Amino acid sequence: MRVGKIEKISGSVVVGKGIDDVEVGEVVEVGEDRLIGEVIRVAEERFIAQVYEPTSGLKPGDVISATGKRLVAELGPGLLSGILDGIGRPLEDLLKLSGPFISRGIKVNMLPRDIKWEFKPVVKVGDKVEGGDIIGTVEETPSITHKIMIPPGLSGVITHIEEGRYTIEEPIARLNTNGGEKEIFMYQEWPVRVPRPFMEGGRLPLSEPLITGQRVIDVFFPVAKGGAACIPGGFGTGKTVMLHQLAKWSDTEIVVYIGCGERGNEMAEVLTDFPELVDPRTNRPLMERTVLIANTSNMPVSAREASIYMGITIAEYYRDMGYDVALMADSTSRWAEAIREISGRLGEMPVERGYPAYLPDRVAEFYERAGRVKALGRPEREGSVTVIGAVSPPGGDFNEPVTIHTLRFTGVFWALDPDLAYSRHFPAINWLKSYSVYADRLISSFAYSVSGYAKELEDWWTKKFKDFPQYRERALRILSEAAEIESIARIIGEKALPDDQRLVLLTAELLKEGFLRQFAYDEVDSFCPPEKQVMILEVILDFHDKASKLIMNNVPIEKINGLPVVSKLMRMKYHPEGITHIQEVNREVIDSLSKLAEEYSLVI
Amino acid sequence: MVLDFRDIHGKIYRGVKEIRGSLLILEGIPGVKYDEVVLIRAPDGVDRLGRVLEVGEDSVVIQVFGDEMGLQIDSVVKFTGATFEIPVSDDALGRMFNGRFEPIDGMPPIHSSELRDINGSPINPRARIHPNDFIQTGISAIDGMLSLVRGQKLPIFSESGLPHNRIIAQIARQATVPGKEEEFALVFAAMGLKNDEARYFIEQFRESGAIERSVIILNLADDPAIERLITPRIALTIAEYLAFELGYHVLTILSDMTNYCEALREISAARGEVPGRGGYPGYMYSDLATIYERAGIVTGRKGSLTQMPVLTMPGGDKRHPIPDLTGYITEGQIILDKDLDSRGIYPPINVLPSLSRLMRSGIGKGKTREDHREVSDQLYDAYSRGLRARDLARIVGEMGLSDRERLYLRFADVFENRFLRQGEYENRSIDETLDLAWEILTILPPEELVRVKEETIDKYYYPALSRVEVKG
Repeated sequence: MRVGKIEKISGSVVVGKGIDDVEVGEVVEVGEDRLIGEVIRVAEERFIAQVYEPTSGLKPGDVISATGKRLVAELGPGLLSGILDGIGRPLEDLLKLSGPFISRGIKVNMLPRDIKWEFKPVVKVGDKVEGGDIIGTVEETPSITHKIMIPPGLSGVITHIEEGRYTIEEPIARLNTNGGEKEIFMYQEWPVRVPRPFMEGGRLPLSEPLITGQRVIDVFFPVAKGGAACIPGGFGTGKTVMLHQLAKWSDTEIVVYIGCGERGNEMAEVLTDFPELVDPRTNRPLMERTVLIANTSNMPVSAREASIYMGITIAEYYRDMGYDVALMADSTSRWAEAIREISGRLGEMPVERGYPAYLPDRVAEFYERAGRVKALGRPEREGSVTVIGAVSPPGGDFNEPVTIHTLRFTGVFWALDPDLAYSRHFPAINWLKSYSVYADRLISSFAYSVSGYAKELEDWWTKKFKDFPQYRERALRILSEAAEIESIARIIGEKALPDDQRLVLLTAELLKEGFLRQFAYDEVDSFCPPEKQVMILEVILDFHDKASKLIMNNVPIEKINGLPVVSKLMRMKYHPEGITHIQEVNREVIDSLSKLAEEYSLVI
Repeated sequence: MVLDFRDIHGKIYRGVKEIRGSLLILEGIPGVKYDEVVLIRAPDGVDRLGRVLEVGEDSVVIQVFGDEMGLQIDSVVKFTGATFEIPVSDDALGRMFNGRFEPIDGMPPIHSSELRDINGSPINPRARIHPNDFIQTGISAIDGMLSLVRGQKLPIFSESGLPHNRIIAQIARQATVPGKEEEFALVFAAMGLKNDEARYFIEQFRESGAIERSVIILNLADDPAIERLITPRIALTIAEYLAFELGYHVLTILSDMTNYCEALREISAARGEVPGRGGYPGYMYSDLATIYERAGIVTGRKGSLTQMPVLTMPGGDKRHPIPDLTGYITEGQIILDKDLDSRGIYPPINVLPSLSRLMRSGIGKGKTREDHREVSDQLYDAYSRGLRARDLARIVGEMGLSDRERLYLRFADVFENRFLRQGEYENRSIDETLDLAWEILTILPPEELVRVKEETIDKYYYPALSRVEVKG
């Protein structure tokens, strides 16, 4: 180990000297407690490191030693259902070693060393393998089979491989490579700041929607598997609950959830809720498919910066196995602020609101690690990483660097609206401001003929539900029409509006209350299966069509407003009988409107 | 922390290179530790406390807590080699201290072999227990719609001239966890409060008998501003000890956090750091988090630490950096409103932008009542419609409203005058609060209550309706 000395300390930034060959990105150990740090800048004699633990008590002259290693993630079985800190230390182990409060200088391995995993080879002695090839499997949790892969860049002929129970430190195979014989373990190390490779030219079009069970997202502003979405909102607008919902219900095999500079009690909530919640597709506890990374707001800033990279590296690793992975980062603003804070301590020139000029590059690099790809190696497989990043704009004002740059590099914008949140309309996603490049283009037929992947997304739905795109489009039109009418109603009063406009307001109300609003903590409504989503929309729009005909024939709006079926339309989403109940409500709609028509001797 | 210059061991240096506001810059001192505590004795004979902010091979930057007037180049600085620690003990209960933890009640300082770093250590998220014990404050707006739970951090966003002190005092007086008799303690930290405000609190605590179970730490408006940076940390260090070592359920009140943030800005400006929004430093979020995140419940420990910080929003603007960053860290916010106050409504809580993030886990069957969540949702919905109707009525007149809008308008008035408004000494149980909520909801026909399930309406709406009819 190469050893130098501390020259200066300022917050989490330490200036060192005396190690000539130190590299940018190299991990260093600082002071007597051997605090973990990473070199972020190197000059002729000095170097600067950010330290991932509190630096109190360090003094100039203390030792600083270079480890020769990058900040890496240990990738292998044992990640799922765990909770790690920003630099990959399992919080469970820290709890055992230092009690409920985290003390400094604790070294623990990212992956458990004591568990014996049942390894089943899928290749045999004599097979030629190369980087990315799957050589065997391990049942990591009852829901997920972990594929053991040859680390990228390695290739050779298998000289030994055997089924059995191994810890990750015991070799499972030997490889004859150009550089001699190499042992293969069930885990590999990967530097977190470097994207993991996939097959050259292997980026695939984004053609499949991420089904989240959240109506406003799936129907109005969907995100594609492998896409990226941005969810900005001031405090109290429901970002975290939304991300929790997505982590719970998204139809991916793996979920990586990063709590980046957020509240400790919220991480505790995830840890309490997830083991009890059941994945509607596998009927297994959600925790079995989840990796949590927690760097709460009171944990050191520089580890907050690292947590984002730790998370995405884990996500890519499972993608490489051929899984669909969803990554939620709450909140990327805290990550950007950590970058800003460190930049400030380095005395760099700030450009926008104190952020360094390279902020957009960092944001782009992160979101570009999302994607649907052909994985490296054999057998051929496809995997995806979908990235959903929460943004916490200061003052709830979207016109700020982090929101702006995030929108540039993501395809979906879920704009959270404080006014909706105040009236407890959740998810508070504003249906007029939000967009999805994966779906918005569907609205106008012109747009989807030019846009390749949006067309494919539509096909997926069409296969399942023929008239869906038309319904979606009409619902959005009614909502935006209603917004215009409301602005008039704010001046002249609703009473003064013509009945057809008041019907639009009524239908918009039904859409808001009966469709868009979804209660995350209701047993039935928390997850809404796609077919139910489409059916609710259909029933509400059919009601609108039939009621329109009555209005055209001079049936007063009060008659329609006052129908008991109206409040049923708003409540049908909660009914435990689901689709059966919705069909019942639909029959009631038809009945009560026909009766009304009879009253006015109309035929509809 | 009582430090006597003579009792403390450490290396002594004479001579300061530069004094810049509350910062001292020294040169040529080896072996200084980052964050260590120093004592400064100026020729005026007054001892001041300081802390190392930055340390390099040839220079040291020290932040002075205490009056910078009278500091001279020819001051003596003693380096203690230790970070900021205070002795912790339950002897502190019933006592009163200044912002540096020196007694101001004429009694001797706290002695204890337990010394704790005032910066604390972060709670391992894995060790947290998700808070779910409902605290009844006896205030309908809070209990019914913004429920507080043990281990939560729920701030009050106020403005100058609003009765946040009275509300805080009422909460401190009335807060109980129904059905539980446990050791309760109060830690009160004042940062820059006026003398009369501090006196009001002390009288209140004395009257209610809470003073015996209270630790009072006062940095008043005329005390050194920089000291405010350590006052809340001292308070939380004691609170953590009481909660997590001795098993008390501690309510910590920090008032006023705006003064704290201003002290932070002052130091940052003196250091010549790149200013962020409003001149506040870019790291204010992280800094505030090291205060607010010191609330919670941890596994294997009996007590809990609940925080109610108070802050005055500069210019009444919720988007000002102080309330904004606070709201991003705390688990909700209770926002007071000038307009309600000017209409004589106490407590003037504007429930719509207010929020309690942990409410869901503290309420419902077995905790408060099965209908709590639904009735609360319905109140939010109806009140926000009522306010919209009120806005509209200002333009088109009440006659221009539809029948439905007129109903909601009436609802908003009754909501403010019967539900929100209550006496300063009126302590409503959660059942009373929820029953009252149903009674005012009977203004609306049952079909309008779409945020409530049909069976809940059957169970609570109709009984409330007959109560209202009996009362007339």
